[in-house]
Amino acid sequence: MTAVDAAEHAGHDPAARRSAIRDGLGVGISVGLSGLAFGAAAVTAGMSTAQACALSLLAFTGASQFALAGVLGGGGNLVAGTLGAVLLGARNGLYGLRLAGLLGARGRRRLLTAHMVIDETTAVATAQPDPRSARAGFWATAISLYAVWNLSTLGGALGAARIGDPKAFGMDVLGPAAFLALLWPRLTAGRAEARVALAAMAIAVAATPLLPPGVPVMLAAVAALAGMVGAAGTAETGPAAEREGD
Amino acid sequence: MAVWIAVLATGLGCYALKLSGLIVPQRVLADPRVRRFTELVPVALLTALVAVQTFADGRALELDAPRLAGLGAAVVALLLRAPFLVALAAAAGTAALLRLAAG
Repeated sequence: MTAVDAAEHAGHDPAARRSAIRDGLGVGISVGLSGLAFGAAAVTAGMSTAQACALSLLAFTGASQFALAGVLGGGGNLVAGTLGAVLLGARNGLYGLRLAGLLGARGRRRLLTAHMVIDETTAVATAQPDPRSARAGFWATAISLYAVWNLSTLGGALGAARIGDPKAFGMDVLGPAAFLALLWPRLTAGRAEARVALAAMAIAVAATPLLPPGVPVMLAAVAALAGMVGAAGTAETGPAAEREGD
Repeated sequence: MAVWIAVLATGLGCYALKLSGLIVPQRVLADPRVRRFTELVPVALLTALVAVQTFADGRALELDAPRLAGLGAAVVALLLRAPFLVALAAAAGTAALLRLAAG
């Protein structure tokens, strides 16, 4: 079954909604545990436990948080470090363009929704076959990830000295494996999507040695432009694209 | 104190960027070409992120065998239509076992 077929058959399917919630909880809990690594890294870099927790509560976007801790630990300039950390969060703005319509967030509710617009919630929401499931998946991911990420930040900060290398548990593979699994149906169903993905990976890897961290991934947005040109006028659309207007 | 300012500024800046995408007027996004772009952007950014998290450490490209094997295990699991959590467990388990074996 292609993604488009799935979209037509899914409708307001409670099974799709349950599956979205299950995926969301799976991502939230498993990826959220890497907050242990962040808490430990932040304290090792010289932050207090309160500062590490505040950063997880307020920034709530892992890459930016690790970047700030890294600059602090390396004795780098804090102004440049802050700018770099914020720059790493720029892709969340692009996610919002997609999620605005999909989640139907309007008015003041957007202020709360915005805080949850990150890689993981976007990956789960855009993997769903209809907007209701997308919303359910988004919030299941958001709530579980926010809770686990912040609690494990605290745990990591308090136990910094005692926590072993998270890589020993393969935790560094969880993030990319989760994104890959969530993207999988779109990559295998849509030729435009597969083209965009290959181009994006090539751009990001090629740019990594040349540009500051975070910029190569943003640059890969250009691949979406290329996919748009290549796919003009075809019926290849994302799974959640068809039923957005409710 | 300087660290607190950096923490608060990072939090504020990150939040502002998250909000920026959500408050773009819907009529801008209604254009079919813009809409198609916004649909493809998460695919581009998330696959780029997978590539960077897999093949890079900071600005250095690196081939970490256990990590690559873990991602490979996830791909095999996905090809076999394994459930999402099984794919995650296969990935982390493979990487962890290989690192354990390597001492």
